[in-house]
Amino acid sequence: MSDGNVFLIIIALLPFAGALMPGLMIRAGRTACASFTAIPTALALTMLIVLAPDVMRGEVIQYELQWLPQLGLSASFFLDGLGLLFAGMILGVGLLITLYARFYLSGEDPMGQFYTYLLLFQGAMLGIVLSDNILLLLIFWELTSLSSFLLIGYWKHLPEGRQGARMALAVTGAGGLAMIGGMLILGNIVGSYNLTDILAAGDQIKAHDWYMPALILILLGAFTKSAQFPFHFWLPHAMAAPTPVSAYLHSATMVKAGVFLMARMWPALAGTEAWFYIVASVGLITMVVGAVIALFKDDLKALLAFSTVSHLGLLTMLLGFGTDKAAIAAVFHIINHLTFKAALFMTAGIVDHETHTRDIKRLGGLSALMPITAVIGTIAALSMAGIPLFNGFISKEKMLEEAAHTVWWDNPWIIGALATLGALFSVAYSLRFIFHVFGGPVRDDYPAKPHDPPFGMWAAPALLCIPVVLIGVMPHLAEPLVNVAAGAVTGVEQNAKLKLWHGLTPALYMSIIAVIGGAILLWLHKPLDRAWIAAPRPEAKTIFDALIAAVVSLTRRMTDLLFTGEISRYLAIFVAASVALGAVAWSGGGLAAPDRAPLPVDPVVWVGWVLLVAATGAVVLMHRHRFRALVLIGIIGLMISSGFVFLSAPDLALTQISVETVTILLLLIALHFLPKETPIESGVGRRLRDGVIALVAGGGVAAVAYAFLQRNVETISDYHLANSYEGGGGTNVVNVILVDFRGYDTYGEIIVLGIAGLIIFAVMEALLNGPAGRRLRNMELSQDRSRDRHPLMMVVATRVMMPIALMVGIYIFLRGHNQPGGGFVSGLVVSIALLMQYMASGFAWTQNRQRIEYHTLIGWGVIIAGLTGAGAWLAGKPFLTSAFGYVHWPPIEEFELATAMLFDLGVFLAVLGAVMLMLYSLSRLARHAGETVNVEPMDYDPVERQDKREGEA
Amino acid sequence: MNHWIIAPVILPALLAPVIGFVMRYDIRLARIASLAGAVALLAIALGLVVQAAGGETQVYRLGDWPAPFGIVLVLDRLSALMVLLTALLGLLVLAHATATGWDDRGRHFHALFQFQLMGISGAFLTGDVFNLFVFFEILLIASYGLMIHGGGRDRMRAGLQYVVINLAGSTLFLFALGVLYASTGTLNIADLALRLQDIPLEDAALVRVAMMLLLIVFAVKAALFPVQFWLPGAYSNAPAPVAALFAIMTKVGAYSIIRIHTTVFGPGIEATDGLAFDWLFPAALITIAIGAAGVLGARRLMPLIAFAVLGSMGTLMLAVSVFAPAAMTAGLYYLVHSTFAAAALFLVADLVMAQRDGNDGLSTRAAIAQNGLMAALFFGAAIAMAGMPPLSGFLGKLLVMDALRAPGVIGWAWAAILVGSLVTIVGFARAGSVLFWKSTSLAPAPETGDAPLHQIERNAAGTAQVMPVLAMLGLLAALALFAGPLAGYLEATTGQLFDRAGYVAAVLGTNGGV
Repeated sequence: MSDGNVFLIIIALLPFAGALMPGLMIRAGRTACASFTAIPTALALTMLIVLAPDVMRGEVIQYELQWLPQLGLSASFFLDGLGLLFAGMILGVGLLITLYARFYLSGEDPMGQFYTYLLLFQGAMLGIVLSDNILLLLIFWELTSLSSFLLIGYWKHLPEGRQGARMALAVTGAGGLAMIGGMLILGNIVGSYNLTDILAAGDQIKAHDWYMPALILILLGAFTKSAQFPFHFWLPHAMAAPTPVSAYLHSATMVKAGVFLMARMWPALAGTEAWFYIVASVGLITMVVGAVIALFKDDLKALLAFSTVSHLGLLTMLLGFGTDKAAIAAVFHIINHLTFKAALFMTAGIVDHETHTRDIKRLGGLSALMPITAVIGTIAALSMAGIPLFNGFISKEKMLEEAAHTVWWDNPWIIGALATLGALFSVAYSLRFIFHVFGGPVRDDYPAKPHDPPFGMWAAPALLCIPVVLIGVMPHLAEPLVNVAAGAVTGVEQNAKLKLWHGLTPALYMSIIAVIGGAILLWLHKPLDRAWIAAPRPEAKTIFDALIAAVVSLTRRMTDLLFTGEISRYLAIFVAASVALGAVAWSGGGLAAPDRAPLPVDPVVWVGWVLLVAATGAVVLMHRHRFRALVLIGIIGLMISSGFVFLSAPDLALTQISVETVTILLLLIALHFLPKETPIESGVGRRLRDGVIALVAGGGVAAVAYAFLQRNVETISDYHLANSYEGGGGTNVVNVILVDFRGYDTYGEIIVLGIAGLIIFAVMEALLNGPAGRRLRNMELSQDRSRDRHPLMMVVATRVMMPIALMVGIYIFLRGHNQPGGGFVSGLVVSIALLMQYMASGFAWTQNRQRIEYHTLIGWGVIIAGLTGAGAWLAGKPFLTSAFGYVHWPPIEEFELATAMLFDLGVFLAVLGAVMLMLYSLSRLARHAGETVNVEPMDYDPVERQDKREGEA
Repeated sequence: MNHWIIAPVILPALLAPVIGFVMRYDIRLARIASLAGAVALLAIALGLVVQAAGGETQVYRLGDWPAPFGIVLVLDRLSALMVLLTALLGLLVLAHATATGWDDRGRHFHALFQFQLMGISGAFLTGDVFNLFVFFEILLIASYGLMIHGGGRDRMRAGLQYVVINLAGSTLFLFALGVLYASTGTLNIADLALRLQDIPLEDAALVRVAMMLLLIVFAVKAALFPVQFWLPGAYSNAPAPVAALFAIMTKVGAYSIIRIHTTVFGPGIEATDGLAFDWLFPAALITIAIGAAGVLGARRLMPLIAFAVLGSMGTLMLAVSVFAPAAMTAGLYYLVHSTFAAAALFLVADLVMAQRDGNDGLSTRAAIAQNGLMAALFFGAAIAMAGMPPLSGFLGKLLVMDALRAPGVIGWAWAAILVGSLVTIVGFARAGSVLFWKSTSLAPAPETGDAPLHQIERNAAGTAQVMPVLAMLGLLAALALFAGPLAGYLEATTGQLFDRAGYVAAVLGTNGGV
């Protein structure tokens, strides 16, 4: 499962494990919160230092834990020179940032949350640099995007924060997604997602057909993350985050993830022409563009942000060169940039914190007021400018050296010239940072009175200035780390010497040009600035916002267009799709010759057929008159029932007729509360379209039906016919199928009926207690009532018929197993018998005379059926296994008793209960609508009349 | 015979009438019974998974009739997994509905809920296509009742659309079954699989139509283009806990395709070879696009989540559409993941809406009382749904993409998944930023600002209300953390699914004829 040095996974997971700490410890105070944030970081750093000597000797420390082997994803980590460099940076700067943020954040900011996010980010970033599996790397990669999103949006009440966060997420998220594609391709080429395997398979990758797509997709991820042109625009907007975040994520670590990735994948991807032209060119452009824009930014953090963009471009360009020396320069500059840029951001944060502004045009003269800050800021800025004796100088020299030697598209000087230009602007904005913020006369219009911050706040940048100077003076101190890291990048051991003085090289002249030119630029800054402001230039945020807005409105329009809420359209699409797909399916296969001869057509059949078709056609024509349509539907139902009779399916016919009767009756009652006419809502065109769809669909169904009617197929029904009596104890195969062979289906269907009853009841409750109920009470229903709504004749007839109907119901129920009938039909027949009473004497009158609740009836039905089925368990048989026997009680003929009958009783009860519950609900509706309640069974009672007459007499 | 196989159907089927008809006047009693039932169902489901994990396909012959003449239930790894998924989701959603009082806003919630669980479990367990139809009916009618629970004009209207479209689907289901029976003479899945092998392409027109119609029927449930139209309206107007439960309803459609169109019409069947892919694949791509666009363009939170569900169904069906073992394994993982992710989102949305007076508009209103907590829960659920790490969505996405690398498939599939993810991420980021960030920039509205403390406290979600969401997020994390063992089970599941001969032999008790 796992092997290797377990420290490695602990280092990677410590920040995650510790992330909850600050959220809890904030209750103990701000200092406690910060201290507990520092603990996991410090612990991880300690472990890293313990491992460092081995790595410096050139060993690679590994740890692997299986995670998702099916995918090739394992929690495997490795630590080599490059990983050591980055992990050290992440943890070291992390500690400093923790310290700095303790003093930077104000009392109103939720500090616990901040440190939690910070630790989450730290874990994610550590994960990236330690991953030995590119899928694992992807996970951490996306996690940095997410934590960066949270951190940029930390001041959630500020619109810049929210927008900046979303922009960063969109851009880096998009890159991350592209990279997923690239990494998966890479894994496919190599056959493994293990980084070690992939790095070893460089030649195989570069020779593969899929090299280009993989390269482009991975570079998209790297470029977006490292803010390379043209994706650089998100980084300045990410500066809405609190300054510790800017210093940590958006200059020192996260934005270097892209650079790290290019360095990491160097052995696998670098060295080709494509790599050179894409990576080096993008880096070069970014370097120059970033430097130029930086000079004209008045916001301190924006200036630093664009400077970061420029330096990231520099690193990218170096990696793009693809030579060992360039790689060394890149690694060296990563270290140097980290030190001076983090210090500069913290300085900017101090200035902002103390003066309450970051606008350079409102600053100046701060060296007198905040001397410590000024010293720190100046040292760091001089390093950024590349002035000798500061570490930035040496790595920039190396960069210029490489640039001078690189040929771009047969052009030997263009890269050198542009790199010098970039360096020149870099000097200019660095000097501007120094002179326009700290230099100049003291002003009297600062928003707040500036003074040096407490020690805790300037300690972190001051500490960072130590390596700036130390490496600047004694560059060989960095040699071991640079060599081991560069060795890890290139895959070849490196023994570079880092020296302050290289002699009179081209790079030196380029440097001199840059410094002098930069100074001149700064001198000319005022007129240049005016020109810059006047010049039209694309504003990335406007473009981005417009783009997003356009996409949003496009998606909105698309969604509104598709989802109109018109059920008729949805159905039309559904039917049309079914027809089309059915036709496609049909056309792909053949059809065997018909092997079943058509039966002769009886004249009666013709009559029935004509009636059926005519009635159906009439429904289409008259469907707006709903009563008429109902009558016509009744005809259709009867014709279908007759069809069943004709085709010797008495069971089906019986069921169909009773279902037909009950539904038409209920529909008639329901229609009382509805408009009697359907309004015309659709145009001719749409009706035509729907007509065509309907005709084609109907024709399709008919064609399919005709096709299978002509062909014989061996079905399982023969078994049912053969085993109905012996196995099921009944001669009525249909009933045996319903209660035995497929009793489980019937069980399900009575549950459907029961649920329907429940829902009707629940809906009625909701309706009557809601606005619909109020509407109903005020509804002007037809007042054109019969004077004799409960006629004597009907009352008497239904009373007489009731016992007969009940007898029929019981008879049908009992004979069900052997003759047409059964619980379902019987339930319907009995409910018709009851329905008649309700119709004759009114609902309330009848309701008073029945004592069983319909709810309970359904419940009993479902439970009896269920328990009958479960009874088989007692005999060790599966659910619904039936048992039957023949009983002979002397006065009666011998008869059969079957458990299926008990099951059928459940069916009977459920059907009866459901139908009656529907009726009950409808009558409640009527009562709400103002229907009067009759007390007497009939409106004109002759007996009463006679009594009255006698009384009068 | 192992009677536990039918327990997930019979237990709720017996419990529901008792709750609905005996306990209908006491909500507490109904709650206790319903929760106890859900816990028992979970225990049974766990037991079934343990049994199925051994790899034996168990058959339960209802009425003791031999297959294919009676109805059979079939327990294999896939059906056991789906039942477990149902039971877990059901319990958590039920806990939420009980804790938030949703169950008391209309009649018969618990009875309908139990019937719903019964319908879903029955559909997963059956080995008979007609019986599948019956259980589709049960879960449809129960879901209709749940959907309109609590009433209201928009909900009733959306409910009507939902039921109409699904009834149209049921009608088509009947047509399809008619054609299928007329062309094969059987309804038992194993028997169908057996008979399909002997139908030559020259004689396959009818069975191909049946297969395609069945596919459309299942696609209606799975909300696949062009029969996806019902989903956003239905889900966004349903009570949020019900919408959360519906996360499994779309999976019933997906499951049916996985089961029927692999076992019966799957690879190697001459009559229908490649037919399902030709439609499913492009349809899944378009569904992803529609879902993602809907997420970005949404004006309200509930439709946003509904469209996210749509998109996730697209991704799932993309994996299913190629009917290959590795992709199916990935699809199953994604299926499990997306069920919980969708449900978690709906539950969070419910908690948020409860504090915004039921308003889910993505417009700025004053921050809610528990802004931080809700934001964190939403963030967790959203990154799961959008497929960002560290929750299971990311692994699901990777698995699906990794499995879909056949030429001709890779370009479209990857582009759809990646671009769809991006659009979804941006959509969720916008929504969350309006709901939880922008709202803090506003001064509290006067009526809430002056609201007495007890009112704020009344609105605040208590532990019992937050726990189900937290449990779901925990499950999503566990899915990621234990992805290895889970994928192992799913791999075995897929192996069993594609072993047509094994299935046929287990059900029909023969050597399967293959």
